[in-house]
Parts: sequence; structure tokens; C-alpha cells
Amino acid sequence: MARTTGGRLPWARTVFWLYVATLMLPLLWMFGMSIRPNEDILGSFSLIPQRVTFENYQTFFGDPSWYSSYLNSIVYTSMNAVMSLVVALPAAYAFSRFRFAGDKHLFFWLLTNRMAPPAVFLLPFFQIYQAVGLFDTHLGVAVAHMLFNVPLAVWILEGFMSGIPREIDETAAVDGYSLPRFFVRIFLPLIRSAIGVTLFFCFMFSWVELLIARTITSVDAKPIAATMTRTVSAAGVDWGLLAAAGVLTIVPGAVVIWFVRNYIAKGFALGRV
Amino acid sequence: MTRPDPRRRANRAWLLVLPVVVSVAFTAVIPLMTVVNFSVQDVFSPTDRVFVGLDWFYEAVRRPENREAFVRTLLFSAQVLLVEIPLGVAIAVAMPRRGVWVSVALVLVALPLLIPWNVVGTIWQIFARPDIGLGGWTVANLLGVDYNYTLDSTDAWITILVMDVWHWTPLVALLAYAGLRSIPQPYFQAAQIDGASAWATFRHIQLPRLRGVLTIAILLRFMDSFMIYTEPFVVTGGGPGNATTFLSILLSKMAVGQFDVGPAGAFSLIYFLVVQILCYVFFTALTRSGR
Repeated sequence: MARTTGGRLPWARTVFWLYVATLMLPLLWMFGMSIRPNEDILGSFSLIPQRVTFENYQTFFGDPSWYSSYLNSIVYTSMNAVMSLVVALPAAYAFSRFRFAGDKHLFFWLLTNRMAPPAVFLLPFFQIYQAVGLFDTHLGVAVAHMLFNVPLAVWILEGFMSGIPREIDETAAVDGYSLPRFFVRIFLPLIRSAIGVTLFFCFMFSWVELLIARTITSVDAKPIAATMTRTVSAAGVDWGLLAAAGVLTIVPGAVVIWFVRNYIAKGFALGRV
Repeated sequence: MTRPDPRRRANRAWLLVLPVVVSVAFTAVIPLMTVVNFSVQDVFSPTDRVFVGLDWFYEAVRRPENREAFVRTLLFSAQVLLVEIPLGVAIAVAMPRRGVWVSVALVLVALPLLIPWNVVGTIWQIFARPDIGLGGWTVANLLGVDYNYTLDSTDAWITILVMDVWHWTPLVALLAYAGLRSIPQPYFQAAQIDGASAWATFRHIQLPRLRGVLTIAILLRFMDSFMIYTEPFVVTGGGPGNATTFLSILLSKMAVGQFDVGPAGAFSLIYFLVVQILCYVFFTALTRSGR
């Protein structure tokens, strides 16, 4: 029966779960560190924690500079995902439905912006965001992250929209739907899964980015990942606290992926690239 | 097979594209112009700068460090693609397709993607330590290999590569999995009736259907591995020596560390151009091959 379920070999299942177990090892190790006192982490190697403590998590939630930067990250990441989606939707529709002057070049040009090495943009970003008053604001980081998320969103959505038959547009037009009304009432529900996937990828790439977010913030919109680089003190690195913060940075992403898990499979399934 | 382009001709569509153009202009074009501005000047202070023409570009091409970092990064990207693409496809093929375990599998596989990059670096910095990290300890003590990523160049390189494979193969696997799910069941039933082997089924039914998602995967992995910065910076800081000084690390040392914005600007423009050309080649090759 193995082949009828999509060409899977009999031992594929075992190999797959072994892979997942390997994938989890570094994460479990970090979790293990987060519930140990620092002396035990650095003292000697032990597979199972000798003493279990939740002190590191208490420190995290007891210190505003930790938990507020955690909230900062969630706020600008969510803003970015929504903004990228709203901007990308009409553009992706245009690329998938119309031919217009320079469309091919524009499409590739959009993609090239994803290839810009962030290290290059740090200095100009710092200057520009300070000049226009977006420095150290959530909106500023959300806008800055559109640099790599908008091209990606257009790319994903365009591929998916091209898989939706054009007859639907034409039928709606005959039925007297205007373009905006058709888009919101009929088209958007059809591409639900693509929207889910796009939101997931925008959230993911914005959440994990540090370099740009750190450069254009100082206090009010400081990302959690930047706060984590500060754990080095005179007493050395606070590995336990760092690990606890690391564990907590995985939580929002895990929640998001749980919600879009059914869309992931469908989101890229249709359409061309 | 060539099909006539079914899209209507309408230049009004530009209006729909306008928001994207504006947002990208603000986030990418203006900063890029600033970099172009830096690249042709020698900046001594904000008020004291001299136009130097293309001098920085010549210097960027000639500097041995730049060339070495370039070759190193290219080699790294090639290794990343060679390992991650086949591995990701294999994982996608082996992934469960139905039942309650699908959700669990998807979430667990996606987890490494959702960790901030410096945290990924931190995880591996400690995990790979031979004295207190599980990974390093296993290699050094159980396998008896003389392993220390902070002292040995090869060890550092392998550590960064393994970290990247751990971190990013899930992306390839998720994309490939989505592609596999789009194949209608009758294809497999037909293959079974014809008595096709598992390999033949994969080669002639599954792989051709993956072209689209693999184009995305290859381009994304190439772009991102070629620009890799945060993870190796946290784990090795570019060392030992220059063993893991990739282009972005070298660039930010020049621009932020030494404040050589002119040479850094010129070098980064060359770097940007090279990435674009390589991506264009990939993009054209991959989208043409299936038409």
C-alpha cells in the first residue's frame, strides 16, 4: 500500500521521525540549559539537569527590559506581515492578470531587492529612518522589513493567483461586480491558503531578522533578539537566562505555524512560479 | 509546450503595482542610492568628502581579502544548495501525508525556521562546544574526533555548514512537501498499475511536479546563504583567522567596524550585482527548463 499514498517507501516513516528527533536535539539542549543554574551549565557536561530551576524564566518576566522587547518584536512583526500583505495583494493580482509595460522587468527587479545584503543598508537605514522620524518606532521596523517581505509576498501570491482560472474574473465582471468588490468578495476567499502562507513567511522573516531591527531602534522598539545580545556582563555570559529567552523566542512562531499548518501544504501547490 | 499568454494587456495595472513600487523605493532604492553615493567618495567626516570616481571599485576587485571572502561565500552557497535541496526533497517525500501526525510533523519541522538568527547562532555556539554542548561533546568524546570549532578552521567551517543545514533544510522540505501534496492521487494509482518502482515514481511523477517550488527553494536558499551574516558571526565571529569570514561579515567589518564607507559601499555594490546576475541565471534556467 505504500505506493498508493504517494510513493513512500516502507522505512520512510522511521527515517523521517529520526530526522525530526535530530532536528529537536539542539532545541531540547537549549531548553535543558534554560532550566539549569549557570554553575551547572558551565561546571560539567551532563545529559540530564542535576538541579531544575525556573529562576531564568522568572528573571525574564520580572524585568521590563526583557518582556517589553519581547512585545516590541511581536508588535512590529505583526504590523509588517499585515502591511506587506496589503501592499502585495493588488500587485500580485496585476502581475497574474495583466500584461503591462515593463511587467517582466518589474517582477524581477522586485525580487532583486530581496538579494540586497542587509549589511550594506545599515548605515543608510540609520540615517534615513532618523531623518524621517521613524527611528526607534514599531512602524519604522515594520516598514524596514518590507524590504525583503514585500518581494517575497508578491512572489508567493502571484504564483498562487495564476493558478486560479481567469474565467472567474470574467464571469464576475459579466455579473456586474466592480474590480474592488470582486476582489474582496470573491477573489480573496479563493486564495485564503495563499494568504495564510504569505502571512506565515512574512512573520517568519521579520521575526528572525536582527541586523536591521537593531540598527534602527534603541529603546522603545528594541527587538528581543537585540536584548539577548546584552546578556554578556562582567560576570560572563548569563547562559541560563539567554537560553530561557531563546526558548521564549520560539513560542510565537510555533503558535503562528500551528494556525497556518493546513495552508502550508496548499499554499504553494497551485500555479507557476 | 508554448501557450499564448492569456493575460490581458492593460497599462492601468500599473496603478495596482504602485504601492509595491513606492514601498520598495523607500526601503530599497533610497538606501541603495546612498550607498552609491558613498562608493564614489572618500568620506573623512560628514562635511569633508572628496569625489574619487571608481577608485574604490578597482580597489574592491583587487583586494585579496575581498576575493578570498567571495570565493569562500560562493563555496559555502554551493555546498548549502548541494546538501539542502536533495535532503529537503527526501524529507518531504518521507513526510506523513495524512492522519494526526501531519500537523505535528509540520510544526516540528518548521520550528528551526522561526528562531531569531542570533539565537540560532547562540544555540549552536553552546551545542557544538566539546566541553559542555551535547553535539560537540558527542563528536569529541563518543566518536573520539579531535574537534574544536574555535581553534580549527575545518571544524569551524563544518560547524557553520551543519548549522545551516539544520536551520534551513526545513524550508526546502516544507516547500517540496507543498509541491508533492499538489499531485493528484490518480497519477500514483496509474504508476502502480504500470508497476513503476518507487524510484521511477519519484523520478517521473514527483520530481517534475516539484519544479516550481524547487525554483523558489533554490533561489531563496542561494540568496540567503550568500548573504549569511548573523549565525556565523555569533558562532565563530568569522574565525578562526578568516576561515568563516563570509562576504557580509567582511563588509560589516569595513562599514561599521572601520567606518570605511567608501570601499564598503563600492564592494557591496559589486556584491549586489553578482548576486543579481547569479539569481537571474538560476531564475531563467529554472523557469525555461519546464516550458
